[in-house]
Amino acid sequence: MPIDILMPALSPTMTEGKIARWLKAVGDNVKSGDVLAEIETDKATMEVEAVDEGKLDKILVPEGTEGVKVNTPIATLAGDGEAAKPAPKAEAKLEPAAKPAPAAAPAMPKAPAAPAAAEYSGPTTMMTVREALRDAMAEEMRRDEKVFLMGEEVAQYQGAYKISQGLLQEFGDRRVVDTPITEQGFAGLAVGAAFMGLRPIVEFMTFNFSMQAIDQVINSAAKTLYMSGGQMGCPIVFRGPNGAAARVAAQHSQCYASWYAHCPGLKVVSPYTAGDAKGLLKSAIRDPNPVIFLENEVLYGQSFEVPSGGDHVVPIGKARIARQGEHVTITAFSLMVKYALEAAEMLAAEGISAEVIDLRSLRPLDTETIVASVKKTNRFVSVEEGWPYAGIGSELLAVMMEQAFDYLDAPPVRITGLDVPMPYAANLEKLTLPSAVKIADAAKAVCYRA
Amino acid sequence: MAKTKKGERSGEGKTVPVGELLKYYRDMLLIRRFEERAGQLYGMGLIGGFCHLYIGQEAVVVGMQAAITGDDAVVTSYRDHGHMLACGMDPRGVMAELTGRIGGYSKGKGGSMHMFSREKNFFGGHGIVAAQVPIGTGIAFAHKYSGHKRVSLTYFGDGAVNQGQVYESFNMAALWKLPCIYVIENNKYAMGTSVERSAAGQALAERGAAYGIPGEQVDGMDVLAVKEAGERVVAAAKAGEGPAILEVMTYRYRGHSMSDPAKYRTKEEVDKMRTERDPINLVRDLLLAQGKSEDDLKKIDKEIRDIVADAADFAQTSPEPPESELYTDILVEA
Repeated sequence: MPIDILMPALSPTMTEGKIARWLKAVGDNVKSGDVLAEIETDKATMEVEAVDEGKLDKILVPEGTEGVKVNTPIATLAGDGEAAKPAPKAEAKLEPAAKPAPAAAPAMPKAPAAPAAAEYSGPTTMMTVREALRDAMAEEMRRDEKVFLMGEEVAQYQGAYKISQGLLQEFGDRRVVDTPITEQGFAGLAVGAAFMGLRPIVEFMTFNFSMQAIDQVINSAAKTLYMSGGQMGCPIVFRGPNGAAARVAAQHSQCYASWYAHCPGLKVVSPYTAGDAKGLLKSAIRDPNPVIFLENEVLYGQSFEVPSGGDHVVPIGKARIARQGEHVTITAFSLMVKYALEAAEMLAAEGISAEVIDLRSLRPLDTETIVASVKKTNRFVSVEEGWPYAGIGSELLAVMMEQAFDYLDAPPVRITGLDVPMPYAANLEKLTLPSAVKIADAAKAVCYRA
Repeated sequence: MAKTKKGERSGEGKTVPVGELLKYYRDMLLIRRFEERAGQLYGMGLIGGFCHLYIGQEAVVVGMQAAITGDDAVVTSYRDHGHMLACGMDPRGVMAELTGRIGGYSKGKGGSMHMFSREKNFFGGHGIVAAQVPIGTGIAFAHKYSGHKRVSLTYFGDGAVNQGQVYESFNMAALWKLPCIYVIENNKYAMGTSVERSAAGQALAERGAAYGIPGEQVDGMDVLAVKEAGERVVAAAKAGEGPAILEVMTYRYRGHSMSDPAKYRTKEEVDKMRTERDPINLVRDLLLAQGKSEDDLKKIDKEIRDIVADAADFAQTSPEPPESELYTDILVEA
């Protein structure tokens, strides 16, 4: 009985990949542990090893094919007479650093292009959030000799999530600095360098690890300007993926938006589109203050139109109306904007016109844009991935009470991640996170259309 | 190779120019008198919060300062008044910060533990134990990045030496050969806990051995010994040899802070240090031996008393910061 070999998932967030090369040909005998093929994701090239034994019977997906979905059969093995195993599956072996991704553009999952920012009407290029972040850093490093990047795996490995791809080659190891795994140490070191007038970009491999460094971020970076009577500015960017990726459980799936937005002396931004990722990162690097730049791993591979004419800078502190509407205002940031836009589509089908605001900046918060929208729609839903207690939504609802109370036709509602440490099990994780359906339901409820 | 050696007593068998001795005498005396007055103002309720006095440790900063230039950077913990005066910061501005007045270095918004001077390359004044160690390492990183032959003097105590971020810093400083001088001011007590009760292993000077950072114990009650050791490690760091550790053996006469009665040590222990090892008396004796008269020194004492009285007066007459200062300096306006 033939055994299917399936396209393996090589990382928690991988949904598809490219068959770069077959290392076995039809008719070859395959033993358990043999390398069958090389698969390219947007992050790396990995080898796929055989788990089952037999003769390679058919190659279903030829090499060079892009966008092969996880779990698609890619080849079949003719059984060698043994009973076929019930769940035949290829197993991935991670091969870090050995092979930098080849020059060929890796396959990217296609995301719906977000509407271009209203104020920009020039030429655009389609690019991923990952490329946009890299370009922002490269452009600012070319512009200012004082800008440098430091963090774990940012240089030789080309970035744990490949955000810094090519930067070592262009700027050298003086300005693209691999650090030991020592968050508190290198965050504090970068703060000292910023006090001296350099402009460090500190990459946290994920923001979960920034908790090791949070004393330096808040007590040293955020407060020193005030404590020095304005003498000691700290022009620094702390950036990296924030929030839940997929199936990495409680310690690696936390949203730090409200943690950092709580603190005077910091600016906190969290873009959704690639254009905003680029424009806001450039602003953050130029900003004379410490900026927390919250990215999202799930968005890295998604593509958007990005302004390509000239120096694309997005000011910190301005929200973006991602979709205009009349009946209800939905605010969101980062990946949640995608869900909010999907919810708005569902609502439109039911005759509810939702206005979706991409907050982009969490501190300072563009209350003017949000309040103006609520004065028009009279109904408000806040969406965030993080916990509800003392979250961004709590702040937004307080703003509603203080600045839009008389305009509200229904009590505002928060959609948040549930008030639990992130569970590992797929079904529980799904329940924990916001979804387009939950957002649409909340919007209907505030419109009394439930 | 990392090596630890005992610094030798100095001032014996060598002649130090009188002018140099006079400078050390004056600088240490300024710190001593300034701190005594700060203690007095604290007792009068004019200084609030935490106030950590440097009395007894004066030779450490005065000796180290003699080993660097004004372009080198200094960063330390919350026991920082002595460092600021040694860096040449204005006693008026320091004292007025202690009293929380607009004339203070931080306009009254930082207080005793958080003061800075860009002009004098003094980078604080940090209230979180050991947080200044990565920061000082980053200052050294910036020196190297910018191609400047300058060092970062990063001071911390025998308590901070047990914090993890100290070793994260040692690792990076050694890995990248950063011009960072780690000055461990060992005054024997981390607040109320003696070194014996908090630090495992041998000398704190050896704490960098695993990273290949050379360490040396220095007599911190002898300003000349501190200066000599300082000059050696500063020259090596400026020559590109990377970081070094000086464990400077010192003693604070007062409690950890103003609110600490220091019951964890005997009066005899303190008295013995004061009478036998006082850093100011050591220099005073050298000056007298070199022909200076009691009257010459009295003249200096008077000058110093006048400077401190003026600073204390300024610190009491400078107004409190206006309410409009509440919301300034939170962010740099771009």
